[in-house]
Amino acid sequence: MELLSQPPVNGSSPALHPCYSEQAHRHFARLHLAVAPACNIQCHYCNRKYDCSNESRPGVVSEVLNPEQATMKALAVGAAIPHLAVVGVAGPGDPLANPERLFATFRELAVKAPDLTLCVSTNGLALPEQVDELVKYRIGHVTITINCVDPDIGAKIYPWIFWNHRRIRGRKAAEILIAQQQKGLEMLVERGVLVKVNSVLIPGINDEHLHEVHRVVKAKGAFLHNLMPLIARPEHGTYFGLTGQAEPTEEQLRVMQEAWVGGEGETQMMNHCQQCRADAVGMLGQDRGAEFTMDKVATMQVDWQAALEKRTTVRQTIERRMALQSQFLDKVAKKPIPLPVRRPRTIAPQTLRMAVGSADGRTIDAHFGHLREFLIYDVSSDGVHLVERRRTDRYCSGPTTCGDAAPALSDTIRALDDCAVLLCSRIGFEPWRPLEEAGIQPNSEHANETIDAALAAVYREWRDSGRLDVEDTALSRSSA
Amino acid sequence: MALHIVASCTSCWACLPLCPHEAISVARPHFQIDSARCTECAGDYADPQCASICPIEGAIVDSTGQALNPPGSLTGLSPVNHPNSPFQSLT
Repeated sequence: MELLSQPPVNGSSPALHPCYSEQAHRHFARLHLAVAPACNIQCHYCNRKYDCSNESRPGVVSEVLNPEQATMKALAVGAAIPHLAVVGVAGPGDPLANPERLFATFRELAVKAPDLTLCVSTNGLALPEQVDELVKYRIGHVTITINCVDPDIGAKIYPWIFWNHRRIRGRKAAEILIAQQQKGLEMLVERGVLVKVNSVLIPGINDEHLHEVHRVVKAKGAFLHNLMPLIARPEHGTYFGLTGQAEPTEEQLRVMQEAWVGGEGETQMMNHCQQCRADAVGMLGQDRGAEFTMDKVATMQVDWQAALEKRTTVRQTIERRMALQSQFLDKVAKKPIPLPVRRPRTIAPQTLRMAVGSADGRTIDAHFGHLREFLIYDVSSDGVHLVERRRTDRYCSGPTTCGDAAPALSDTIRALDDCAVLLCSRIGFEPWRPLEEAGIQPNSEHANETIDAALAAVYREWRDSGRLDVEDTALSRSSA
Repeated sequence: MALHIVASCTSCWACLPLCPHEAISVARPHFQIDSARCTECAGDYADPQCASICPIEGAIVDSTGQALNPPGSLTGLSPVNHPNSPFQSLT
């Protein structure tokens, strides 16, 4: 994803924020502080009772922190992970429904970790009244979840809001929420804050309507628009989960994203969202939260001044590397990595589709068991073509796999069923056979080689042995 | 005349800052209302503030044990229709 040329304002630098920059998410870590337990609205995709340490989705959290604990945790993580760049508050409730707790935390961090970018993610109800306070605390990135601009649709998503000391329900509740979100968006843009709009795609409820939402937020100057698939499983105990509301298919998401890419205006699409927990720690798609529970943090000796210096040095190094990479891409590759939209899972003839496990995005450096995301490539006589980045897990896949560190193998196989080869640095004996039987050939022979070289070598091998012509293999399959 | 918080409370903090008489306190296993201070917001607000923001059906009851937010009133999920509902335990 390309960045806008818009100059950074109010301490907002998208280049450092893993959620705002495709490139930054490969280099910088983030931390979510679960300092905001209260919420002022109810959404039908949220269950306020839920907590599971094995599940990764927004709103879920293991430990609610008070501001002192939150500050302590941020400083401890900032000392242990020197590539930490962003501290966000995303819940488990709404940050702006907990203003004292939120701003007490940010006040401390502004003094002891002034290098860290602060951000919040809000439903927008309390946003207009808090905008100036946010700006005061140099919060340059704000995410608003906007699922609709039509109160009739809103009434199907939000059963109630708490507003002016009353619980308001139905259409009227949605009307107030929408007005507040839009006003908040306008006020933030006016003040130079970068706004990311998250929209949850809810099939049959707001799918068609999201085109209108996209048009409106774009016109108002949102920096990024992030389309998120609804997560609704019965075991989550949410209204949508228990009433059988369908989650969107990959295809529905793709069609929507493609419709929005390349339109007029400056709002970019975000395609690397990992739908993180409200207490996630580490790189996007990674959660090191278990290393930083409060009982562990309490035993850590943290020299916050030394940590600040270390982070500054590390950041300078990473920024230099990012600059070099950009130059390289401009000169040689001429194409952004990876491509912005999900492509159809159809494969051209004489083309080998391969899944690559890579943490750095350049070399085959990742162990199969640790992978939650694969780069999908098509290789043919025309060369190497990056199709997309594909997640193989979005949430806990149920009680049978709960507690496993790695995503369930069956989910991975389903997600990669159009790939003929899987390249990674190492792979255990156990997953090897099921993958092979599913027509996905595991291959760890090219560990630590560059992706392009490894793909080319495997392609040549397949071509020279005549396997590209074989009809009945995974590579000629085109699955929906 | 006072409201009470029962075991289904998730200690989400939403009610605590809203109470006009500072009757709500952090406690284990769940938040508590000081009966001596609670007025059910009579004279202050049209509705009791804690029960107006509480997201958990059945978590706040009046002195007769009646839930201010009965099952189904906040989520739209009826425990009868949805046997898997986590709210079933409140009936």
